[in-house]
Amino acid sequence: MVDQQVKDIILGIISVVAPDADLSDVKSDVKLRDQLEMDSMDFLDIVMELRKRYKLEVPKEDYPKLATLDGCVEYLGPKLEAMAAV
Amino acid sequence: MHYDVIIIGAGMSGLAAGIRLAYFDRRVCIVEKHYAFGGLNSYYRIDGREYDVGLHAVTNYAPPERRSAPLAKLLRQLRLTREDFALCEQRFSEIRFPDCRLRFSNDIALLKEEVAERFPGDADNFLRLVSEIEAYDDTRLDRTYQAARPILRERLDDPMLIEMLLCPIMFYGSAEEHDMDFTQFVTMFKSLYLEGFARPREGVRRIIKAIVKKFRANGGEIRMRTGVDALQVCGERVVGVTLESGETLTSDVVISSAGYVETMRLCGDGAWQSETEEIGRISYVESIAVLDKTPAELGHDATIVFFNDAQRFNYARPDELVDLTSGIVCCPNNYTGHEELSEGVFRLTWLANHERWMGLDEEAYATQKRACLQRFFECGRRFLPDLKQHVVCTDMFTPRTIHRYTGHLNGAVYGSPHKRKDGRTPLANLFICGTDQGFLGIIGAMLSGITIANLHILSKS
Repeated sequence: MVDQQVKDIILGIISVVAPDADLSDVKSDVKLRDQLEMDSMDFLDIVMELRKRYKLEVPKEDYPKLATLDGCVEYLGPKLEAMAAV
Repeated sequence: MHYDVIIIGAGMSGLAAGIRLAYFDRRVCIVEKHYAFGGLNSYYRIDGREYDVGLHAVTNYAPPERRSAPLAKLLRQLRLTREDFALCEQRFSEIRFPDCRLRFSNDIALLKEEVAERFPGDADNFLRLVSEIEAYDDTRLDRTYQAARPILRERLDDPMLIEMLLCPIMFYGSAEEHDMDFTQFVTMFKSLYLEGFARPREGVRRIIKAIVKKFRANGGEIRMRTGVDALQVCGERVVGVTLESGETLTSDVVISSAGYVETMRLCGDGAWQSETEEIGRISYVESIAVLDKTPAELGHDATIVFFNDAQRFNYARPDELVDLTSGIVCCPNNYTGHEELSEGVFRLTWLANHERWMGLDEEAYATQKRACLQRFFECGRRFLPDLKQHVVCTDMFTPRTIHRYTGHLNGAVYGSPHKRKDGRTPLANLFICGTDQGFLGIIGAMLSGITIANLHILSKS
Protein backbone atom coordinates (compact mmCIF):
# COMPACT_ATOMS: atom_id res chain seq x y z
CA MET A 1 0.00 0.00 0.00
CA VAL A 2 1.33 3.42 -0.91
CA ASP A 3 2.40 5.53 2.05
CA GLN A 4 -0.03 8.27 1.15
CA GLN A 5 -2.94 5.82 1.22
CA VAL A 6 -2.15 4.83 4.80
CA LYS A 7 -1.84 8.48 5.76
CA ASP A 8 -5.18 9.21 4.14
CA ILE A 9 -6.80 6.37 6.03
CA ILE A 10 -5.50 7.71 9.33
CA LEU A 11 -6.40 11.31 8.55
CA GLY A 12 -9.85 10.13 7.47
CA ILE A 13 -10.28 8.41 10.82
CA ILE A 14 -9.06 11.47 12.71
CA SER A 15 -11.57 13.64 10.87
CA VAL A 16 -14.30 11.46 12.40
CA VAL A 17 -12.74 10.97 15.82
CA ALA A 18 -11.82 14.65 16.24
CA PRO A 19 -13.75 16.67 13.64
CA ASP A 20 -12.65 19.87 15.36
CA ALA A 21 -8.97 19.15 14.65
CA ASP A 22 -7.22 21.16 11.95
CA LEU A 23 -5.87 18.62 9.46
CA SER A 24 -4.64 21.08 6.84
CA ASP A 25 -0.98 20.84 7.74
CA VAL A 26 -0.23 17.62 9.62
CA LYS A 27 3.48 16.84 9.88
CA SER A 28 4.41 13.21 9.28
CA ASP A 29 7.16 13.04 11.85
CA VAL A 30 5.53 14.90 14.74
CA LYS A 31 3.39 13.12 17.32
CA LEU A 32 -0.28 13.35 16.32
CA ARG A 33 -1.30 13.94 19.94
CA ASP A 34 0.97 16.96 20.21
CA GLN A 35 0.10 18.67 16.95
CA LEU A 36 -3.65 17.95 17.03
CA GLU A 37 -4.33 18.37 20.76
CA MET A 38 -5.71 14.87 21.00
CA ASP A 39 -6.05 13.08 24.32
CA SER A 40 -5.89 9.40 25.25
CA MET A 41 -9.63 9.00 24.60
CA ASP A 42 -9.19 10.27 21.03
CA PHE A 43 -6.21 8.02 20.54
CA LEU A 44 -8.12 4.97 21.72
CA ASP A 45 -10.78 5.89 19.18
CA ILE A 46 -8.28 5.75 16.29
CA VAL A 47 -7.41 2.22 17.31
CA MET A 48 -11.06 1.28 17.60
CA GLU A 49 -11.97 2.80 14.25
CA LEU A 50 -9.20 0.68 12.68
CA ARG A 51 -10.82 -2.36 14.22
CA LYS A 52 -14.32 -1.31 13.16
CA ARG A 53 -13.39 -0.43 9.58
CA TYR A 54 -10.59 -2.84 8.74
CA LYS A 55 -10.99 -5.60 11.37
CA LEU A 56 -7.44 -4.74 12.31
CA GLU A 57 -6.36 -5.40 15.89
CA VAL A 58 -3.64 -3.24 17.38
CA PRO A 59 -2.42 -4.67 20.69
CA LYS A 60 -1.93 -2.16 23.49
CA GLU A 61 1.86 -2.56 23.52
CA ASP A 62 1.94 -1.41 19.90
CA TYR A 63 0.04 1.84 20.47
CA PRO A 64 3.27 3.89 20.65
CA LYS A 65 4.04 2.80 17.09
CA LEU A 66 1.04 4.81 15.90
CA ALA A 67 2.25 8.04 17.48
CA THR A 68 3.15 9.76 14.19
CA LEU A 69 1.88 9.45 10.62
CA ASP A 70 5.25 7.98 9.62
CA GLY A 71 4.88 5.44 12.41
CA CYS A 72 1.41 4.54 11.14
CA VAL A 73 2.74 4.00 7.61
CA GLU A 74 5.50 1.74 8.85
CA TYR A 75 3.33 -0.27 11.23
CA LEU A 76 -0.03 -0.36 9.45
CA GLY A 77 1.13 -0.39 5.82
CA PRO A 78 2.12 -4.08 5.70
CA LYS A 79 -0.91 -5.12 7.77
CA LEU A 80 -3.37 -3.29 5.55
CA GLU A 81 -1.54 -4.63 2.50
CA ALA A 82 -1.88 -8.18 3.75
CA MET A 83 -5.58 -7.70 4.41
CA ALA A 84 -6.17 -6.18 0.98
CA ALA A 85 -4.49 -9.23 -0.58
CA VAL A 86 -6.85 -11.69 1.15
CA MET B 1 -32.29 -13.02 23.89
CA HIS B 2 -28.51 -12.62 24.26
CA TYR B 3 -26.64 -9.31 24.13
CA ASP B 4 -23.03 -8.29 24.42
CA VAL B 5 -24.07 -5.64 26.92
CA ILE B 6 -27.26 -4.89 28.83
CA ILE B 7 -27.50 -1.38 30.26
CA ILE B 8 -29.92 -0.64 33.09
CA GLY B 9 -31.39 2.86 32.79
CA ALA B 10 -32.00 5.18 29.81
CA GLY B 11 -30.67 8.26 31.56
CA MET B 12 -27.78 10.37 30.34
CA SER B 13 -25.07 7.92 31.45
CA GLY B 14 -26.73 4.75 30.17
CA LEU B 15 -27.52 6.29 26.80
CA ALA B 16 -23.98 7.63 26.40
CA ALA B 17 -22.47 4.23 27.25
CA GLY B 18 -24.92 2.68 24.80
CA ILE B 19 -23.96 5.04 21.98
CA ARG B 20 -20.28 4.12 22.33
CA LEU B 21 -20.87 0.39 22.54
CA ALA B 22 -23.39 0.25 19.69
CA TYR B 23 -21.14 2.40 17.48
CA PHE B 24 -18.35 -0.11 17.96
CA ASP B 25 -20.63 -2.95 16.90
CA ARG B 26 -21.65 -4.37 20.26
CA ARG B 27 -25.14 -5.77 20.57
CA VAL B 28 -26.60 -3.50 23.22
CA CYS B 29 -29.97 -3.33 24.92
CA ILE B 30 -30.95 -0.56 27.32
CA VAL B 31 -33.78 -1.41 29.70
CA GLU B 32 -35.63 1.48 31.33
CA LYS B 33 -38.39 1.04 33.84
CA HIS B 34 -39.97 4.45 33.30
CA TYR B 35 -41.90 5.46 30.20
CA ALA B 36 -39.67 8.54 29.75
CA PHE B 37 -36.00 8.82 28.81
CA GLY B 38 -33.54 10.89 30.80
CA GLY B 39 -33.74 9.59 34.37
CA LEU B 40 -33.13 12.50 36.72
CA ASN B 41 -32.84 14.79 33.70
CA SER B 42 -36.12 13.96 32.10
CA TYR B 43 -39.04 16.11 31.01
CA TYR B 44 -42.79 15.84 31.12
CA ARG B 45 -45.85 17.53 29.71
CA ILE B 46 -48.87 19.02 31.45
CA ASP B 47 -51.60 20.90 29.58
CA GLY B 48 -49.43 21.22 26.51
CA ARG B 49 -46.48 22.72 28.39
CA GLU B 50 -43.22 20.89 28.64
CA TYR B 51 -41.29 20.97 31.90
CA ASP B 52 -37.80 19.78 32.66
CA VAL B 53 -37.49 17.57 35.73
CA GLY B 54 -34.04 18.34 36.97
CA LEU B 55 -32.38 20.75 34.62
CA HIS B 56 -31.45 24.21 35.83
CA ALA B 57 -28.28 24.41 33.85
CA VAL B 58 -26.01 22.28 31.77
CA THR B 59 -22.78 22.86 33.68
CA ASN B 60 -19.36 22.38 32.01
CA TYR B 61 -20.25 24.81 29.22
CA ALA B 62 -17.13 25.57 27.18
CA PRO B 63 -16.73 27.47 23.89
CA PRO B 64 -15.63 25.54 20.75
CA GLU B 65 -11.99 26.59 21.03
CA ARG B 66 -11.59 24.77 24.36
CA ARG B 67 -11.01 21.44 22.70
CA SER B 68 -9.88 19.60 25.82
CA ALA B 69 -12.90 20.67 27.89
CA PRO B 70 -15.27 17.89 29.00
CA LEU B 71 -18.00 19.16 26.66
CA ALA B 72 -15.71 18.93 23.61
CA LYS B 73 -14.49 15.46 24.63
CA LEU B 74 -18.02 14.27 25.08
CA LEU B 75 -19.16 15.47 21.65
CA ARG B 76 -16.16 13.83 19.99
CA GLN B 77 -16.72 10.56 21.78
CA LEU B 78 -20.40 10.42 20.87
CA ARG B 79 -19.81 11.69 17.30
CA LEU B 80 -22.18 14.57 17.95
CA THR B 81 -21.90 18.22 16.99
CA ARG B 82 -22.38 21.36 19.08
CA GLU B 83 -25.54 22.00 17.07
CA ASP B 84 -27.02 18.74 18.40
CA PHE B 85 -27.21 20.30 21.88
CA ALA B 86 -27.65 23.95 20.79
CA LEU B 87 -26.45 25.31 24.11
CA CYS B 88 -27.13 28.94 25.00
CA GLU B 89 -24.97 30.56 27.67
CA GLN B 90 -26.20 32.07 30.91
CA ARG B 91 -26.29 35.82 31.46
CA PHE B 92 -24.91 35.76 35.00
CA SER B 93 -25.65 34.02 38.26
CA GLU B 94 -25.40 35.09 41.86
CA ILE B 95 -24.62 33.77 45.33
CA ARG B 96 -26.66 35.69 47.95
CA PHE B 97 -25.73 35.45 51.61
CA PRO B 98 -26.75 37.78 54.45
CA ASP B 99 -25.18 41.16 53.56
CA CYS B 100 -23.04 39.78 50.77
CA ARG B 101 -23.53 38.93 47.13
CA LEU B 102 -21.12 37.46 44.57
CA ARG B 103 -21.97 37.40 40.90
CA PHE B 104 -20.35 35.01 38.47
CA SER B 105 -20.66 34.20 34.77
CA ASN B 106 -19.04 31.91 32.23
CA ASP B 107 -15.99 34.17 32.42
CA ILE B 108 -14.07 33.60 35.67
CA ALA B 109 -12.89 37.22 35.52
CA LEU B 110 -16.23 38.38 36.96
CA LEU B 111 -15.97 36.15 40.02
CA LYS B 112 -12.35 37.20 40.55
CA GLU B 113 -13.40 40.86 40.50
CA GLU B 114 -16.31 40.28 42.84
CA VAL B 115 -14.16 38.36 45.33
CA ALA B 116 -11.50 41.09 45.20
CA GLU B 117 -14.14 43.72 45.95
CA ARG B 118 -16.08 41.94 48.73
CA PHE B 119 -13.16 40.02 50.25
CA PRO B 120 -10.09 42.19 49.62
CA GLY B 121 -8.05 40.28 52.20
CA ASP B 122 -8.62 37.06 50.27
CA ALA B 123 -8.19 38.46 46.75
CA ASP B 124 -4.73 36.98 46.20
CA ASN B 125 -5.57 33.80 48.06
CA PHE B 126 -8.51 33.28 45.74
CA LEU B 127 -6.37 33.79 42.63
CA ARG B 128 -3.91 31.21 43.96
CA LEU B 129 -6.75 28.80 44.67
CA VAL B 130 -8.07 29.20 41.12
CA SER B 131 -4.59 28.50 39.70
CA GLU B 132 -4.25 25.45 41.93
CA ILE B 133 -7.62 24.14 40.74
CA GLU B 134 -6.78 24.80 37.09
CA ALA B 135 -3.62 22.72 37.43
CA TYR B 136 -5.26 19.92 39.44
CA ASP B 137 -5.89 16.71 37.49
CA ASP B 138 -9.30 15.69 38.76
CA THR B 139 -9.84 13.10 36.03
CA ARG B 140 -7.57 10.51 37.66
CA LEU B 141 -9.73 7.66 38.88
CA ASP B 142 -7.42 6.67 41.75
CA ARG B 143 -7.59 9.63 44.13
CA THR B 144 -8.59 8.97 47.72
CA TYR B 145 -11.06 11.00 49.76
CA GLN B 146 -9.91 14.29 51.28
CA ALA B 147 -12.39 16.62 52.96
CA ALA B 148 -12.68 19.92 51.09
CA ARG B 149 -13.45 22.29 53.99
CA PRO B 150 -10.14 21.85 55.88
CA ILE B 151 -8.21 22.36 52.64
CA LEU B 152 -10.21 25.50 51.82
CA ARG B 153 -9.61 26.84 55.34
CA GLU B 154 -5.88 26.55 54.68
CA ARG B 155 -6.23 28.48 51.42
CA LEU B 156 -8.75 31.20 52.32
CA ASP B 157 -9.04 33.38 55.44
CA ASP B 158 -12.67 34.47 55.46
CA PRO B 159 -15.04 31.61 56.42
CA MET B 160 -17.90 33.41 54.69
CA LEU B 161 -16.10 33.24 51.33
CA ILE B 162 -15.62 29.50 51.78
CA GLU B 163 -19.34 29.08 52.51
CA MET B 164 -20.31 31.17 49.52
CA LEU B 165 -18.08 29.25 47.11
CA LEU B 166 -19.31 25.93 48.47
CA CYS B 167 -22.99 26.83 48.24
CA PRO B 168 -23.57 26.42 44.46
CA ILE B 169 -21.07 23.57 44.29
CA MET B 170 -22.81 21.56 46.98
CA PHE B 171 -26.28 22.36 45.70
CA TYR B 172 -25.33 21.18 42.23
CA GLY B 173 -23.57 18.00 43.06
CA SER B 174 -22.61 16.97 46.56
CA ALA B 175 -24.07 13.65 47.62
CA GLU B 176 -22.41 14.17 50.99
CA GLU B 177 -23.87 16.42 53.70
CA HIS B 178 -21.86 19.25 55.31
CA ASP B 179 -18.62 18.64 53.41
CA MET B 180 -17.41 17.00 50.21
CA ASP B 181 -14.41 15.29 48.68
CA PHE B 182 -11.79 17.80 47.54
CA THR B 183 -11.40 16.20 44.10
CA GLN B 184 -15.15 16.39 43.65
CA PHE B 185 -14.98 20.02 44.75
CA VAL B 186 -12.34 20.70 42.09
CA THR B 187 -14.41 18.99 39.40
CA MET B 188 -17.46 21.01 40.37
CA PHE B 189 -15.49 24.25 40.71
CA LYS B 190 -14.25 23.80 37.17
CA SER B 191 -17.66 22.92 35.81
CA LEU B 192 -19.48 25.82 37.54
CA TYR B 193 -16.99 28.66 37.79
CA LEU B 194 -14.22 27.98 35.24
CA GLU B 195 -16.55 26.62 32.58
CA GLY B 196 -20.12 27.62 33.26
CA PHE B 197 -23.84 27.34 32.67
CA ALA B 198 -25.77 26.87 29.47
CA ARG B 199 -29.09 25.50 28.36
CA PRO B 200 -30.67 24.34 25.12
CA ARG B 201 -33.56 26.62 24.16
CA GLU B 202 -35.96 23.65 24.08
CA GLY B 203 -34.73 22.46 27.46
CA VAL B 204 -33.28 19.07 28.26
CA ARG B 205 -35.41 17.31 25.64
CA ARG B 206 -33.07 18.63 22.94
CA ILE B 207 -30.18 16.67 24.46
CA ILE B 208 -32.23 13.58 25.20
CA LYS B 209 -33.65 13.43 21.69
CA ALA B 210 -30.18 13.83 20.17
CA ILE B 211 -28.67 10.99 22.18
CA VAL B 212 -31.61 8.62 21.84
CA LYS B 213 -31.54 9.19 18.06
CA LYS B 214 -27.80 8.55 17.96
CA PHE B 215 -28.10 5.37 20.00
CA ARG B 216 -30.80 4.00 17.70
CA ALA B 217 -28.92 5.07 14.55
CA ASN B 218 -25.92 3.11 15.83
CA GLY B 219 -28.10 0.01 16.03
CA GLY B 220 -28.89 0.03 19.76
CA GLU B 221 -32.11 -1.32 21.19
CA ILE B 222 -34.14 0.33 23.97
CA ARG B 223 -36.95 -1.22 25.92
CA MET B 224 -39.09 1.25 27.83
CA ARG B 225 -41.38 0.43 30.78
CA THR B 226 -39.09 -2.51 31.36
CA GLY B 227 -38.08 -2.76 34.98
CA VAL B 228 -35.40 -5.18 36.14
CA ASP B 229 -36.55 -7.54 38.85
CA ALA B 230 -33.21 -9.24 39.48
CA LEU B 231 -29.70 -9.70 38.17
CA GLN B 232 -28.84 -13.35 37.62
CA VAL B 233 -25.58 -14.18 39.28
CA CYS B 234 -23.57 -17.33 38.67
CA GLY B 235 -20.45 -17.64 40.80
CA GLU B 236 -18.85 -14.21 40.71
CA ARG B 237 -20.32 -13.18 37.41
CA VAL B 238 -23.61 -11.78 36.28
CA VAL B 239 -25.14 -13.74 33.43
CA GLY B 240 -28.27 -11.78 32.69
CA VAL B 241 -31.30 -9.95 33.99
CA THR B 242 -34.79 -11.07 34.87
CA LEU B 243 -37.32 -8.43 33.93
CA GLU B 244 -40.38 -7.57 35.97
CA SER B 245 -42.41 -9.26 33.22
CA GLY B 246 -40.64 -12.52 34.01
CA GLU B 247 -38.70 -12.51 30.76
CA THR B 248 -34.98 -13.20 30.90
CA LEU B 249 -32.25 -11.48 28.89
CA THR B 250 -28.68 -12.75 28.99
CA SER B 251 -25.50 -10.81 28.31
CA ASP B 252 -21.73 -10.91 28.61
CA VAL B 253 -21.63 -7.64 30.58
CA VAL B 254 -24.14 -5.58 32.54
CA ILE B 255 -23.72 -1.84 33.13
CA SER B 256 -26.13 -0.37 35.64
CA SER B 257 -26.98 3.27 36.21
CA ALA B 258 -29.48 2.37 38.93
CA GLY B 259 -27.11 3.31 41.75
CA TYR B 260 -24.58 1.07 43.53
CA VAL B 261 -26.68 -0.07 46.47
CA GLU B 262 -29.77 -0.32 44.28
CA THR B 263 -27.87 -2.48 41.78
CA MET B 264 -26.34 -4.82 44.36
CA ARG B 265 -29.77 -5.32 45.91
CA LEU B 266 -30.86 -6.79 42.58
CA CYS B 267 -28.22 -9.51 42.92
CA GLY B 268 -30.31 -12.18 44.55
CA ASP B 269 -30.11 -13.42 48.09
CA GLY B 270 -28.22 -10.58 49.66
CA ALA B 271 -24.80 -12.16 49.35
CA TRP B 272 -23.54 -9.11 47.48
CA GLN B 273 -25.05 -6.50 49.73
CA SER B 274 -23.00 -4.63 52.22
CA GLU B 275 -24.60 -3.52 55.46
CA THR B 276 -22.41 -0.49 55.71
CA GLU B 277 -23.26 1.03 52.35
CA GLU B 278 -24.24 4.62 52.58
CA ILE B 279 -27.38 5.75 50.85
CA GLY B 280 -27.51 9.40 49.87
CA ARG B 281 -29.73 11.75 51.86
CA ILE B 282 -29.82 14.83 49.66
CA SER B 283 -33.13 15.42 47.99
CA TYR B 284 -35.09 18.42 46.79
CA VAL B 285 -38.49 19.95 46.40
CA GLU B 286 -38.89 22.20 43.42
CA SER B 287 -41.75 24.58 42.71
CA ILE B 288 -42.26 25.92 39.22
CA ALA B 289 -44.38 28.89 38.20
CA VAL B 290 -45.25 29.70 34.61
CA LEU B 291 -45.65 33.47 34.25
CA ASP B 292 -47.40 35.74 31.75
CA LYS B 293 -44.26 37.91 31.63
CA THR B 294 -40.58 37.04 31.62
CA PRO B 295 -38.68 37.38 34.91
CA ALA B 296 -36.52 40.07 33.27
CA GLU B 297 -39.64 42.11 32.48
CA LEU B 298 -40.49 41.82 36.16
CA GLY B 299 -37.05 43.02 37.18
CA HIS B 300 -35.10 39.80 37.75
CA ASP B 301 -32.33 39.16 35.23
CA ALA B 302 -30.03 36.66 36.94
CA THR B 303 -30.01 33.21 35.38
CA ILE B 304 -29.55 31.35 38.67
CA VAL B 305 -29.43 32.61 42.26
CA PHE B 306 -28.09 30.47 45.08
CA PHE B 307 -29.31 31.95 48.34
CA ASN B 308 -28.62 31.25 51.98
CA ASP B 309 -30.09 33.21 54.88
CA ALA B 310 -28.14 31.65 57.76
CA GLN B 311 -24.61 32.65 58.75
CA ARG B 312 -23.33 29.22 57.91
CA PHE B 313 -24.57 27.29 54.90
CA ASN B 314 -26.15 24.12 56.23
CA TYR B 315 -26.08 21.60 53.42
CA ALA B 316 -27.90 18.62 54.89
CA ARG B 317 -31.16 16.77 54.88
CA PRO B 318 -33.58 18.91 56.90
CA ASP B 319 -35.61 17.49 59.79
CA GLU B 320 -38.66 19.24 58.39
CA LEU B 321 -40.24 18.53 54.99
CA VAL B 322 -38.21 21.35 53.45
CA ASP B 323 -35.40 23.68 54.50
CA LEU B 324 -36.47 27.23 53.77
CA THR B 325 -33.21 28.87 54.85
CA SER B 326 -31.41 28.27 51.59
CA GLY B 327 -32.27 27.41 48.03
CA ILE B 328 -31.83 27.91 44.32
CA VAL B 329 -33.82 30.15 42.00
CA CYS B 330 -33.59 29.41 38.29
CA CYS B 331 -35.08 31.43 35.43
CA PRO B 332 -34.58 29.63 32.10
CA ASN B 333 -35.63 32.80 30.26
CA ASN B 334 -32.44 34.41 31.49
CA TYR B 335 -30.21 32.40 29.21
CA THR B 336 -29.04 34.20 26.10
CA GLY B 337 -30.99 33.39 22.97
CA HIS B 338 -34.05 32.45 25.02
CA GLU B 339 -35.85 35.72 24.22
CA GLU B 340 -38.49 34.15 22.04
CA LEU B 341 -39.79 31.88 24.78
CA SER B 342 -43.37 33.07 25.02
CA GLU B 343 -43.87 32.50 28.73
CA GLY B 344 -41.79 33.22 31.76
CA VAL B 345 -40.65 30.41 34.04
CA PHE B 346 -39.55 30.76 37.65
CA ARG B 347 -38.22 27.73 39.53
CA LEU B 348 -37.36 27.57 43.21
CA THR B 349 -35.61 24.59 44.80
CA TRP B 350 -35.24 23.69 48.48
CA LEU B 351 -33.50 20.85 50.28
CA ALA B 352 -36.10 18.30 51.37
CA ASN B 353 -36.51 15.29 53.61
CA HIS B 354 -37.37 12.24 51.51
CA GLU B 355 -38.58 10.11 54.43
CA ARG B 356 -41.00 12.77 55.60
CA TRP B 357 -42.44 13.18 52.11
CA MET B 358 -42.76 9.42 51.60
CA GLY B 359 -44.48 9.03 54.95
CA LEU B 360 -47.42 11.23 53.96
CA ASP B 361 -50.68 9.63 52.88
CA GLU B 362 -52.23 10.95 49.67
CA GLU B 363 -54.34 13.58 51.37
CA ALA B 364 -51.51 14.86 53.56
CA TYR B 365 -49.23 14.85 50.51
CA ALA B 366 -51.63 17.10 48.60
CA THR B 367 -52.01 19.39 51.65
CA GLN B 368 -48.25 19.67 52.12
CA LYS B 369 -47.73 20.42 48.45
CA ARG B 370 -50.24 23.27 48.73
CA ALA B 371 -48.51 24.57 51.85
CA CYS B 372 -45.20 24.38 50.07
CA LEU B 373 -46.58 26.34 47.17
CA GLN B 374 -47.74 29.03 49.58
CA ARG B 375 -44.20 29.34 50.95
CA PHE B 376 -42.91 29.38 47.40
CA PHE B 377 -44.95 32.53 46.71
CA GLU B 378 -43.70 34.13 49.93
CA CYS B 379 -40.07 33.31 49.25
CA GLY B 380 -40.35 34.07 45.53
CA ARG B 381 -41.43 37.66 46.31
CA ARG B 382 -37.86 38.38 47.38
CA PHE B 383 -36.82 37.88 43.78
CA LEU B 384 -39.97 38.88 41.91
CA PRO B 385 -42.10 41.21 44.05
CA ASP B 386 -45.14 40.76 41.79
CA LEU B 387 -44.71 37.02 41.32
CA LYS B 388 -48.21 36.01 42.37
CA GLN B 389 -50.05 38.43 40.05
CA HIS B 390 -48.30 36.98 37.01
CA VAL B 391 -48.67 33.28 37.62
CA VAL B 392 -50.39 31.34 34.84
CA CYS B 393 -49.95 27.91 36.39
CA THR B 394 -47.70 26.06 38.79
CA ASP B 395 -46.21 22.64 39.22
CA MET B 396 -44.05 21.00 41.82
CA PHE B 397 -41.84 17.99 42.21
CA THR B 398 -40.86 16.37 45.47
CA PRO B 399 -38.52 13.58 46.60
CA ARG B 400 -41.33 11.20 45.66
CA THR B 401 -41.10 12.38 42.07
CA ILE B 402 -37.32 11.95 42.04
CA HIS B 403 -37.72 8.44 43.38
CA ARG B 404 -40.19 7.66 40.61
CA TYR B 405 -37.96 8.94 37.82
CA THR B 406 -34.62 7.67 39.05
CA GLY B 407 -35.37 4.74 41.35
CA HIS B 408 -32.75 6.18 43.71
CA LEU B 409 -33.28 5.12 47.30
CA ASN B 410 -34.12 8.12 49.50
CA GLY B 411 -34.94 10.07 46.32
CA ALA B 412 -31.24 10.93 46.51
CA VAL B 413 -30.55 13.23 43.56
CA TYR B 414 -26.80 12.81 43.73
CA GLY B 415 -26.80 9.17 44.79
CA SER B 416 -24.55 7.69 47.44
CA PRO B 417 -21.80 9.77 49.10
CA HIS B 418 -19.46 6.86 48.41
CA LYS B 419 -18.44 7.13 44.74
CA ARG B 420 -16.83 4.30 42.77
CA LYS B 421 -14.89 6.06 40.10
CA ASP B 422 -13.72 2.97 38.24
CA GLY B 423 -17.29 1.63 38.17
CA ARG B 424 -16.28 -1.76 39.53
CA THR B 425 -18.49 -3.97 41.68
CA PRO B 426 -17.66 -7.27 43.44
CA LEU B 427 -18.91 -9.04 40.30
CA ALA B 428 -16.31 -9.20 37.53
CA ASN B 429 -18.58 -8.23 34.64
CA LEU B 430 -21.03 -5.91 36.40
CA PHE B 431 -20.21 -2.20 36.33
CA ILE B 432 -21.97 0.92 37.47
CA CYS B 433 -22.17 4.24 35.69
CA GLY B 434 -23.98 7.50 36.39
CA THR B 435 -24.45 9.24 39.72
CA ASP B 436 -22.74 6.65 41.91
CA GLN B 437 -19.73 6.44 39.62
CA GLY B 438 -19.13 10.05 40.53
CA PHE B 439 -19.12 12.33 37.47
CA LEU B 440 -21.92 14.82 37.96
CA GLY B 441 -24.08 17.15 35.96
CA ILE B 442 -25.46 16.33 32.53
CA ILE B 443 -22.08 16.42 30.80
CA GLY B 444 -20.53 14.51 33.70
CA ALA B 445 -23.21 11.84 33.58
CA MET B 446 -22.63 11.25 29.88
CA LEU B 447 -18.85 11.15 30.40
CA SER B 448 -19.45 8.61 33.15
CA GLY B 449 -21.16 6.25 30.71
CA ILE B 450 -18.44 6.83 28.12
CA THR B 451 -15.64 6.23 30.61
CA ILE B 452 -17.10 2.97 31.88
CA ALA B 453 -17.77 1.69 28.34
CA ASN B 454 -14.22 2.59 27.25
CA LEU B 455 -12.44 1.34 30.36
CA HIS B 456 -14.13 -2.01 30.84
CA ILE B 457 -15.36 -3.03 27.42
CA LEU B 458 -13.95 -1.17 24.42
CA SER B 459 -10.32 -1.02 25.48
CA LYS B 460 -10.39 -4.77 26.23
CA SER B 461 -10.88 -7.45 23.54
